[in-house]
Amino acid sequence: MTEKIMTLDGNEACARVAHKVNEVIAIYPITPSSPMGEWADQYSAEGKTNIWGSIPLVVEMQAEGGAAGAVHGALQAGALTTTFTASQGLLLMVPNMHKIAGELTSTVFHIAARSVAAQALSIFGDHSDVMAARGTGFAQLFANSIQEITDFALISSAATMETRVPFLHIFDGFRSSHEINKVELLDDSVIRAMINDELVRSHRERGLSPDHPFIRGTAQNPDVFFQARESANPYYLAAPQIVQKVMDKFAELTGRQYNLFDYVGAPDAERVIVIMGSGAETAHETVEYLAAQGEKVGLVKVRLYRPFAVEAFLKALPPTVKAIGVLDRTKEPGASGEPLYQDVITAVAEGVADETAPFAIMPKIIGGRYGLSSKEFTPAMIKAVLDELANDKPKNHFTVGINDDVTHTSLDYDKEFNIEPDDVVRAVFYGLGSDGTVGANKNSIKIIGEDTDNYAQGYFVYDSKKAGSVTVSHLRFGPRPIRSTYLVHSANFVAVHQFSFLERYDVLRLAAPGAIFLLNSPYAPDEVWDHLPRAMQETIIAKKLKFYVLDGYEVAKNTGMGRRINTIMQTGFFALSGVLPTDDAIAAIKYAIKKTYGKRGEAVVNMNNAAVDNALDHLHKVTVPVTATSDFERMSIVPEYAPEFIQSVTARMIEGLGDELPVSALPVDGTYPSGTTKWEKRNIAVEIPVWDPDICIQCGKCSLVCPHGVIREKIFDSAALEKAPETFKSTEARFKEFKGMQFSLQVAPEDCTGCGLCVEVCPVKNKTQPKFKAINMEPQLPLRDQEKENWDFFLNLPSVDRTGLPLNQVKYNQLLDPLFEFSGACAGCGETPYLKLLSQLFGDRTIVANATGCSSIYGGNLPTTPWTVNEEGRGPAWSNSLFEDNAEFGLGMRVALDQRLEAATNVMRHMSSAIGEELCEAILYADQLTEADIQAQRGRVAELKHRLQEMIADGEMESTWKPDLENLLSMADIFVKKDVWIVGGDGWAYDIGYGGLDHVLASGRNVNVLVLDTEVYSNTGGQMSKATPRAAVAKFAAAGKPMAKKDLGMLAVSYGNIYVARVAFGANDAQTVRAFLEAEAYDGPSLIIAYSHCIAHGYDLTLGLEQQKAAVDSAYWPLFRYNPDMVAQNKNPFQLDSRTPKLPLEKYMYREGRFRMLTQSHPERAAKLLELAQEDVKTRWENYVEMAAKSPNGNGKTG
Amino acid sequence: MDLSTTYLGLKLKNPLVPSSSPLTRSLDSLRRMEDAGASAVVLYSLFEEQITLESEMLNHYLTQGIESFPEALSYFPEAEEYHTGPEGYLEHIQRAKKALDIPVIGSLNGVSTGGWVNYARKIQEAGADALELNVYYLPTDMNLSSAEVEQIYLDILKDVKAAVTIPVTMKLSPYFSAMANMAKRLSDAGANGLVLFNRFYQPDLDPQNLEIVPHLVLSNSNELRLPLRWIAILYGRVAADLALTTGIHQVEDVVKAVMAGASITMIASELLQNGIERVGDLLTGLEQWLTEYEYESLEQMKGSLSQINCAEPAAFERANYMRVLSSYSR
Repeated sequence: MTEKIMTLDGNEACARVAHKVNEVIAIYPITPSSPMGEWADQYSAEGKTNIWGSIPLVVEMQAEGGAAGAVHGALQAGALTTTFTASQGLLLMVPNMHKIAGELTSTVFHIAARSVAAQALSIFGDHSDVMAARGTGFAQLFANSIQEITDFALISSAATMETRVPFLHIFDGFRSSHEINKVELLDDSVIRAMINDELVRSHRERGLSPDHPFIRGTAQNPDVFFQARESANPYYLAAPQIVQKVMDKFAELTGRQYNLFDYVGAPDAERVIVIMGSGAETAHETVEYLAAQGEKVGLVKVRLYRPFAVEAFLKALPPTVKAIGVLDRTKEPGASGEPLYQDVITAVAEGVADETAPFAIMPKIIGGRYGLSSKEFTPAMIKAVLDELANDKPKNHFTVGINDDVTHTSLDYDKEFNIEPDDVVRAVFYGLGSDGTVGANKNSIKIIGEDTDNYAQGYFVYDSKKAGSVTVSHLRFGPRPIRSTYLVHSANFVAVHQFSFLERYDVLRLAAPGAIFLLNSPYAPDEVWDHLPRAMQETIIAKKLKFYVLDGYEVAKNTGMGRRINTIMQTGFFALSGVLPTDDAIAAIKYAIKKTYGKRGEAVVNMNNAAVDNALDHLHKVTVPVTATSDFERMSIVPEYAPEFIQSVTARMIEGLGDELPVSALPVDGTYPSGTTKWEKRNIAVEIPVWDPDICIQCGKCSLVCPHGVIREKIFDSAALEKAPETFKSTEARFKEFKGMQFSLQVAPEDCTGCGLCVEVCPVKNKTQPKFKAINMEPQLPLRDQEKENWDFFLNLPSVDRTGLPLNQVKYNQLLDPLFEFSGACAGCGETPYLKLLSQLFGDRTIVANATGCSSIYGGNLPTTPWTVNEEGRGPAWSNSLFEDNAEFGLGMRVALDQRLEAATNVMRHMSSAIGEELCEAILYADQLTEADIQAQRGRVAELKHRLQEMIADGEMESTWKPDLENLLSMADIFVKKDVWIVGGDGWAYDIGYGGLDHVLASGRNVNVLVLDTEVYSNTGGQMSKATPRAAVAKFAAAGKPMAKKDLGMLAVSYGNIYVARVAFGANDAQTVRAFLEAEAYDGPSLIIAYSHCIAHGYDLTLGLEQQKAAVDSAYWPLFRYNPDMVAQNKNPFQLDSRTPKLPLEKYMYREGRFRMLTQSHPERAAKLLELAQEDVKTRWENYVEMAAKSPNGNGKTG
Repeated sequence: MDLSTTYLGLKLKNPLVPSSSPLTRSLDSLRRMEDAGASAVVLYSLFEEQITLESEMLNHYLTQGIESFPEALSYFPEAEEYHTGPEGYLEHIQRAKKALDIPVIGSLNGVSTGGWVNYARKIQEAGADALELNVYYLPTDMNLSSAEVEQIYLDILKDVKAAVTIPVTMKLSPYFSAMANMAKRLSDAGANGLVLFNRFYQPDLDPQNLEIVPHLVLSNSNELRLPLRWIAILYGRVAADLALTTGIHQVEDVVKAVMAGASITMIASELLQNGIERVGDLLTGLEQWLTEYEYESLEQMKGSLSQINCAEPAAFERANYMRVLSSYSR
């Protein structure tokens, strides 16, 4: 059978098959499985059919729990149904999975296995999710490679039909879901032959139908439940054999034979590893390598983990086995061993006991953990396990791949152990996300994998920043299938696509001796040497690297490519690596360009082709001197004065050496210090803002809109300038309260991302040259050193006294220190200015409950985090629970605080005479409405604590009172107002968390909810949510969203006792500030829905503020505030803050790619949806106007 | 009354032709123009620069932020195809041809030589009866001489003429130092018509906000004078047909244009201001005017007040302020 060869990643490989053999697909985005749903949706949108000729219906649900429910329903109605998920998503499906399995329903859930959040969230791969689902009754089939994903997607789909047991088809998140490899695709005829239509019809007939009704899903009593549960046993007992039969049939059709357990290695092996998942591939090549050297080692790959076929497992073991090492990619704290280990122990013990094992003596069996959260798993580690098995008393319950210096579980391994053959080309590319490096490498893999006989593999490592993120591409090409499921450790080609990386990273660490080193250099071949750090020069000389430069940005500039150097550097790679003859390679690159960009228009194709043609002219060999001459080294990662933890832990993570940190270095419970982004100087801006004090009106707008908190303002006495650096700028303060004082606006030069929003918002123009404003972008490099000094000086100036300032004015509140700074959000992010404002206004008294999403990633992803503290050490306390439960999480915080206040109040009342009536009364009845009130209360609480400490120390009180005193002392801070802010995106608030949000809002508790509404699931790549506007293109809405956006605000308004505001800081910053202050002041639940421009809207974010204005001016985003407190003042609680629309909706919409794209892909539908969208806006506006005109009614607070 | 005229070899029932404007984007408006009596229509321009820009923009927003962050390797679904090229415009020509009986004239604004030729050919293939080259070119380059600018016009015309068989007309700006010579050279180079004159959008200054702002001002009858003069001067001296555009609002404007020598009068601002149905009003008015002044046909008055036919040819060459004043006082 001829099968098509293709290079693709695991997600695509899986989705291609799943789409062929299903009728209904219920999806919900979750990393790393989201692309499977996206592929399925795209196939259906393109009209691709399943093997029965119908287009599968793809439906996006509001949560994984919802997706599982929809799957269950579709299955009950007789449709062949699937879903894709991972991690917490799978856990949300568990209740339904028990039902689906209990009802013996055929289905396959395809799982890109991912860590379940514990001490921290992790998006990366391990088996903790599927292990948490192993009691559901779903079979579990593990695919270890991209080829196996293709094959097992089909095998599981065929097997579930015959066994009636539902399947989890599992492969490792990222390592397999995102690895690109060369595979043989399955021909439709193979798929057709594997799926038995008779079984499909039986499945359909088992579905609910009023034409032959029955009841399923009853409630059972103790009399029968147990027996009924056991009634399914025959199906589980038969399942392994059926799976083997299906595998055999598959082998007949494709030549690829799989077994329930596959053995690799010496037939007389004495030491055997048992493992499942992608690690088995590395184990495979390692065991083969060692066996070829005469070592008696072997490997059992577990394919079907559930039902665990004991007999087949025992049969797979060589009779000579003396020691077995079982490797689990999961951790079960407190268990006597991880799941696979326990299964193996049981199987072998039973086999030995009943003499069905091929050996009579019980072998030694040890179990260990490896690879949690995609931790590297290499041949060296496998060798370490095999070596351990040779010991008389091998270490059990070990870990491998880390240094556990606390409980000493870890095995040592030889990092130099390398089994990669010489005929495999191993290449590493360092790039920026924005320069297109990864895309180019994916293209190269396709070219080599599909145009040559070579096998090809690509795996890509990204950091967790959304702006200026560094990517490292690991590519292998070779004559045999590539099983190396670990990063390249010894590269014979290293390309560095950004010159600035040289000052930050040891980019030649992975270079093998004699490797080719290609550098994107603005310096000519005879100049570049002097610009390299000394250590790098030494490495080049010592490793005898062949050094080339290519001025990628010069070529990009000449050919209109801007900052994208993808095809340029790709051309350099092909020209130097010799994988293909250069002419053939160029032809192939151009073909790929046509294929990738052709539909975007000829201009784009021409531009890329020109870049390719120009690249070779700029590629030059560098003559390497015999000695290092440089007198500078790489920048230090963090300054010497950084705290110890930052020096010893954080800095290692920043440097990319976090793998080397021992267990003891890390906090035991996931607790990390606040405010660490300030230590990570990323220097990613090409240009930074420069202040012109002469024309600045000190309005604060640039500071307000700065998404990264890099623009700061201070007012201080001119005496402070005595020690100011020479270039430090200040001018007379233009504030009536600060006459005669100095004002300074300072930029953090190394933390700025160069987004330019500050310049856009600046209202002042230079009268002589209006192209200049009071703040202007200038190249960062020449300014860096001087501005670093200025920044350090600025930080040491005193902060302004918060009390007495009219904080409802931007001009004043921007004098407050932001307690959210330098996050890794996208350059120009539309969310972070709201968080920064929140931190400025209330940060010193706030606890933040943050839903999973963009804000939890830029807010809480290591190595460094942006929530920080003020001069007094106070600041927002932040935590993230899950995606779906954030409102509830925040409510829990609120009730805990409320309860503590009540408890503390009771104790204080009880002891007030001893403490002092006056102080107690003052504390208990204090107004805390203004900054001054709060400041005064802080003073009183300090006094209280002082008195309590004295009383405890004196010991004069009755001893029975001491516990109360100590308790009160520990709780005293609660008397100062505490805010709870519940923060998250629209995916949370409108979809997965809506039920909880609704409940929490309805609770009447004093919580503040901030919805950062980007109108899509931004963090997972722009999937449609119920906040997505009509006519916008989003993932899962490729043909434009047909339905209008949910009016979340009005749903909340309907309760009558919830403060609700819709804001857009770019359109009306004063209204935004008012809304924040009112929401916080309101003694009840509040909800702020904040327009957040986003990269997923498809336009240059520098224009984000203009776009916010257009959104408001067109009434797409009418601003309003609904304040129930107004009712008591006999005023209408609904205040419409927008003026009559003055812009047609299309003027707003068609500035954005998400709307324009539809006019290009579906012009007629776009016109129709535009019409409907305009109608939506008109109707809503009329309703709002009517509401605003109403006289106050009685729907106010109900207490 | 016989209002017929000939333009670019096309026999037209009257001289009223809606010119290239946003109104011609909608098929419904085109039908209404025909129903109101328009004798032909010039469609809105296909801008090569816009196609390039659209394509680059699409690429930009499909590329922005991708492959940077592990959870979001892209932000948009890829559609099977995008209409970034001239397809939409070409389909519009096809639909217009299907919907209308009157001639449909395509309009093109190119940038590159390849673009002019390629798109001209496609417009012909889509069924346009003629092609208007909208050479919207502002020579701001300090190193570009007038001779070089003129050559650009001639080259474009020659390239396009060599590529298509349908008649080609050139829409010109009035900013030539030797207008008459330029017109003659274009005519000699094969231009089937000259459309006088293109109105450039003149940006305005916003003194409060220190900004340059786009400011679209619709034409009025006063602006008729400039094209009127040049049509009168060129009439009978160049082989190309002459079309007058800019300033046609009233019946008298049409009459003047034809008397100066225009084969057709093009109209846009009037329709934008007062509706497409104004075509009918003007036609009725034109017929009444001809009847009232006892003309037998429109043809009879064509070019009657051109420079070669009028009683005082020098009047068209007067530029001096004083003389105009004296002429006015007389």
